[in-house]
Amino acid sequence: MSMRLEQGGRLIDREKTLGFVFDSNRLSGFAGDTLASALLGAGKMLVNRSYKYHRPRGIVASGPEEPNALVGLGQGARFEPDQRATTTELFDGLTAMPQNAWPSLGFDAMAVNGWLSKFMPAGFYYKTFIWPRPFWKHVYEPFIREAAASGRPPQEPDADKYEHFYAFVDVLIVGGGIAGLQAALTAGKSGARVLLMEQTAHWGGRAPVDGAEIEGKPADSWIAETLAALEAMENVTLRTRTMGAGVFDHGYALGYERVADHTPGDGRVRHRLWRIRAKQILTATGAIERPLSFAGNDVPGVMLASAVRDYVVNYGVAPGRKVVVVTNNDDAYRTALALIDAGLEVPVVVDARERSDGPLAREAMRRGVAVECGAAIMKVKGKKRVEGVMLCRGNGTGGAGATVECDAVAMSGGWSPVVHLWSHCGGKLLWSEENAHFYPNFSRAPTGAQGEAFVRTAGIASGAMGTGSVLKDAAAAAADACGAAGFAIQAEAAQAVDAEERPMKPVWVMPEQALPELRSKMFLDFQNDVKVADIQLAAQEGYESVELTKRYTTLGMANDQGKLSNINGLAILANSLGAKIPQVGTTTFRPPYQPISFGSIAGEARGATFQPLRRTPMHDWHERNGAYWEPVGHWRRPYCYPKPGEDHDAAVAREVLATRNSLGLLDASTLGKLVVKGPDAGRFLDMLYTNKMSTLKPGKCRYGLMCNENGFLSDDGVVARIDEDTFLCHTTSGGADRIHGWMEDWLQTEWWDWKVYVANVTEQWGQIAVVGPNARKLLEKLGGMDVSKEALPFMGWAEGELDGIKARIFRISFSGELSYEIAVPAGEAMTLWGKLLAAGREWSITPYGTEALHIMRAEKGFIMIGDETDGTVIPQDLGLGWAISKKKDDYLGKRAQERSHMVSPDRWKLVGLETLDGSVLPDGAYAVGEGVNGNGQRNTIGRVTSTYRSPTLGKGIAMGLVHHGPDRMGEVIKFVATDESVIEAKIVSPVFYDPDGEKQDV
Amino acid sequence: MLILQCPYCGIKCDETELAPGGEAHLKRYGPGSTDEEFEAYLFERKNPLGVHFERWRHANGCGKWFLAARSTTTLEVFGTYKAQTTEPPAEIVAAIKAKLPDWEGRQ
Amino acid sequence: MSDAVTALNGASSVGPVAQVEERGLQGMVTLRADLSDPALAGAVEAATGCALPESRQILTNGDRAVAWMSPDELLLLVPYADTAAVVAALEAALSGVHHLAVDVSDARASFSISGPGAREVLARLCPADLSPAGFGPGEIRRTWLAQVPAAFWTDEAGRFTLVCFRSVARYAFDALAGAARGDKVGFFSQG
Repeated sequence: MSMRLEQGGRLIDREKTLGFVFDSNRLSGFAGDTLASALLGAGKMLVNRSYKYHRPRGIVASGPEEPNALVGLGQGARFEPDQRATTTELFDGLTAMPQNAWPSLGFDAMAVNGWLSKFMPAGFYYKTFIWPRPFWKHVYEPFIREAAASGRPPQEPDADKYEHFYAFVDVLIVGGGIAGLQAALTAGKSGARVLLMEQTAHWGGRAPVDGAEIEGKPADSWIAETLAALEAMENVTLRTRTMGAGVFDHGYALGYERVADHTPGDGRVRHRLWRIRAKQILTATGAIERPLSFAGNDVPGVMLASAVRDYVVNYGVAPGRKVVVVTNNDDAYRTALALIDAGLEVPVVVDARERSDGPLAREAMRRGVAVECGAAIMKVKGKKRVEGVMLCRGNGTGGAGATVECDAVAMSGGWSPVVHLWSHCGGKLLWSEENAHFYPNFSRAPTGAQGEAFVRTAGIASGAMGTGSVLKDAAAAAADACGAAGFAIQAEAAQAVDAEERPMKPVWVMPEQALPELRSKMFLDFQNDVKVADIQLAAQEGYESVELTKRYTTLGMANDQGKLSNINGLAILANSLGAKIPQVGTTTFRPPYQPISFGSIAGEARGATFQPLRRTPMHDWHERNGAYWEPVGHWRRPYCYPKPGEDHDAAVAREVLATRNSLGLLDASTLGKLVVKGPDAGRFLDMLYTNKMSTLKPGKCRYGLMCNENGFLSDDGVVARIDEDTFLCHTTSGGADRIHGWMEDWLQTEWWDWKVYVANVTEQWGQIAVVGPNARKLLEKLGGMDVSKEALPFMGWAEGELDGIKARIFRISFSGELSYEIAVPAGEAMTLWGKLLAAGREWSITPYGTEALHIMRAEKGFIMIGDETDGTVIPQDLGLGWAISKKKDDYLGKRAQERSHMVSPDRWKLVGLETLDGSVLPDGAYAVGEGVNGNGQRNTIGRVTSTYRSPTLGKGIAMGLVHHGPDRMGEVIKFVATDESVIEAKIVSPVFYDPDGEKQDV
Repeated sequence: MLILQCPYCGIKCDETELAPGGEAHLKRYGPGSTDEEFEAYLFERKNPLGVHFERWRHANGCGKWFLAARSTTTLEVFGTYKAQTTEPPAEIVAAIKAKLPDWEGRQ
Repeated sequence: MSDAVTALNGASSVGPVAQVEERGLQGMVTLRADLSDPALAGAVEAATGCALPESRQILTNGDRAVAWMSPDELLLLVPYADTAAVVAALEAALSGVHHLAVDVSDARASFSISGPGAREVLARLCPADLSPAGFGPGEIRRTWLAQVPAAFWTDEAGRFTLVCFRSVARYAFDALAGAARGDKVGFFSQG
């Protein structure tokens, strides 16, 4: 039974008691506790159930490598699943729920312990649930999903705020242990801009727990002095609670700052994602202890030896009164000594090595601890908590030996440097036979933009294991990093000695010749329930690649990403294959190091700032007047303006008829507007448009088509010639930036000697279309400009002041009606809109939206980019041959339009379509012909590109692309709807309304 | 997340400030070209393991197109240069050769 | 006199360490030309009283300024009411020189960000080095503001002026105001 000790705990404040709730139990801990230390302090050994077998699980670790103690943290809008108890700081009022237990932790109805595990071997998902097929969807998957339920998603929108922060530094140091602090001190003195990040709330890492001495003082005092020195440096920024989450190309790194996780609701942002550009990155990320693989190593109470030490020293918490230590190295003796110091009992240290006579072991023995060398734990006794261990010879098969009563086990399988950040961006690793771990191959570091190494490691992350070596390595690495960043400095390390330690002995299975029954109880990946036997089975079945074995067995695929399990797992794979560990290699280390919140990734991009919304000058008026919005790119345009009681169809019909019969008003501000100016502007536009623009006269407008080099139509619009040198090109809404970029591309990279300048003035102008038979009367009423047919004929434009507002009026029509498009400075567009509405009242002026616009253009047979075109349509397909100059030698797309497929008579071409019964054809419906294709599908001969109910004509009208379409006028073809009903439609001219264009040219 | 220095304004651009434009130094073929020439211009692109020349636009900045010589394997940038050239300039070629003596030049 | 309005009618927001405010109408002229043409310096000086800026520089003279936008583009800042006259004067001074001068005053929104946290407001949203060593008075930076293009500069008092497109004025303001509501990060030695 774990408990709080009467004394000790360097990180807790026993004066400040904090209340919290776990699994409906009201418990208490102290300020400075983590949730894990508080749970252990409150006697909670059993904190979760395992993912697959629902075995009882307890806290194993004291840091981010913890595989078991995942909880659902918080409530309501602050609930978050999958939070690690070991990295959660305790606060008053914290609530946490275990995740994988139903109906309760103590009694889990899903618990299958031993018996079902036989049916869930490696790859069981692939093997067991395949047959019969329908069972997967209806039986197996629901069962597995229920059984494997981990964190539940939150049900409410997140109440917290998050932000990003862009930081540019010379040297980024990740990890605030003694290596990171030493490195920061060296780098700080060099004058480099330094950012030092530590993932926990405390500086100094493990050194104080391990009893290190630096400069002849306890580590704690050196840490305090160093911090004070660093805080005094203007060029050094220190952040606790900030994890180095990832290292990316060219010195980009992510820091994940948990600003307010421990003070929820205090108004601060919860998380801040640091988006860092560093010239050099130093990872002082320390090492993670490895578990040992013995039967029952997952029973609550079996913990990493270092974690046991952390809980005793940092939090004054003991995992048990009698703790057996099992190890293959000297470091675990520090745990034995710490336990003895705390007044607890260590009945035996089980040491896998044949001899153990290092100073630490001798000290333990001197203090009365029994040491069993060449020994192993055969198995752990107990189910929901450790009740004892059975010992055996280390090199045997697991024959019964002595039983030792205990209530906790501290295990140490050696240490693995945290090489994740080194590896994220391509840093390579070497295998150390001496320490049985991977460490950075310094000659193959991640390289940056200049080919320079930009990631270095410091301290234990480099594989330096002793205090003195750690500090020396950190100072040297920092000096190297500073030098590479342009800040030369001598490496000067604080003095410390390396404690004398005997070599460790790699032990991957305990005992070495363990029989299958034991191996099937040795857990490697606690979170995903992967056992030694699973890896061995995968190897037997032919899995050789570590990456495939990982996916087959799910080893290391849980959200701890195998921090505890990977090395042990691949060692077992290597042994099973008779290969060496470095030959098998590691799986890929991918960012983030630890899961980071979605909120931190989104930053400010939520709610009103989720995405930029582009607003025209009339946006607020539209909103006030009930506009139903249609997104067009990032713009919002009114689709229609429904009146109370009116549905959208009725509103659209009303808007169309009002415009056709009297007067309509359209906000056309989103239309792209590009000024193209220069002596070569005409020549340039002749290359960009399919028709000739250079012959356009100042004061006139011409409709033009733009194609890409594949010949496909990409944009269209009206070009107005402003003066001899200057053109104003209108693009589609949302096309302005793309076409502007397209123009700049050709001007800068192909025809750079042409004298042409382009400017995007889309947003300078608010543009309003005044449309309908009474349009001229309205503008004459406002006054200021001559808008008569003579002064301003169809396809002409004029500049002047319309009722006191500087304006350009274009007589262009996308509706077929008499139409004026009026451009005024955006800041005055709303004023003009108001004037037009007021003055137009006598003609029942009617604002109309994009749907009315679309219907009116379709009634006229005008194409719409994106409806009639889809990136595979050339102008010739659309009957737009009249807009393609035959006189030009070249234009963008011309050569492509000469390719054999483009001139094929079999291309589908644009026609109008009228259903026989007057109904509206479904959008995108295909016309079917005779026979079937190679896939047994009906052959298609055409498709609908635009389809509407025409209020003007009182029936459905459509346009479509049809095989030999223009040659088949009057023919009836069949379209198939998605419900497979057949609709007959007659091929007609695409111009349904005013075919001679008399209405627009009056 | 690359950093490329814009040769026009000198900004060391974050990749998010740039728009990619594919392979550099393409020769345009228009009317009068053979089908083979035109199709090569339209569709055939190099995909080298190693040195590559590419187009980038400092789209969210000074707006200029520039060219970059970059390793597709290590992401090392040998240099960026202005787009108004049909061949990599001599100093870029020299910079590549200095780093990769075995490089056989732009194929 | 026109009765033009800005996009947000002078919206403002006050945070613990920074304030954001939409600025009033600002005359702006985009001038594209070969900046080495001898006629340029005179035309720009006549319009703004400023010399030609160097690369990425902004020069200020009272209520007028000129900013370097690209190797062949300047942005002239003049009083809103003078814009048309400035464009006309540029046209006249540069007749015979290939150039483009166009009024873009209404195409933009501009904001002022002030207070000790001003740098940190922008550093939350812009992928640019906002440290005093990395960016100071006299410089203009074109980059992203969250998800939209923007340009900004600062003065000796630490006040930043930011310009973006008019259509996204509300988005830019919301993003800036949200960032200005944040607490001090403490990354920059000043501010």
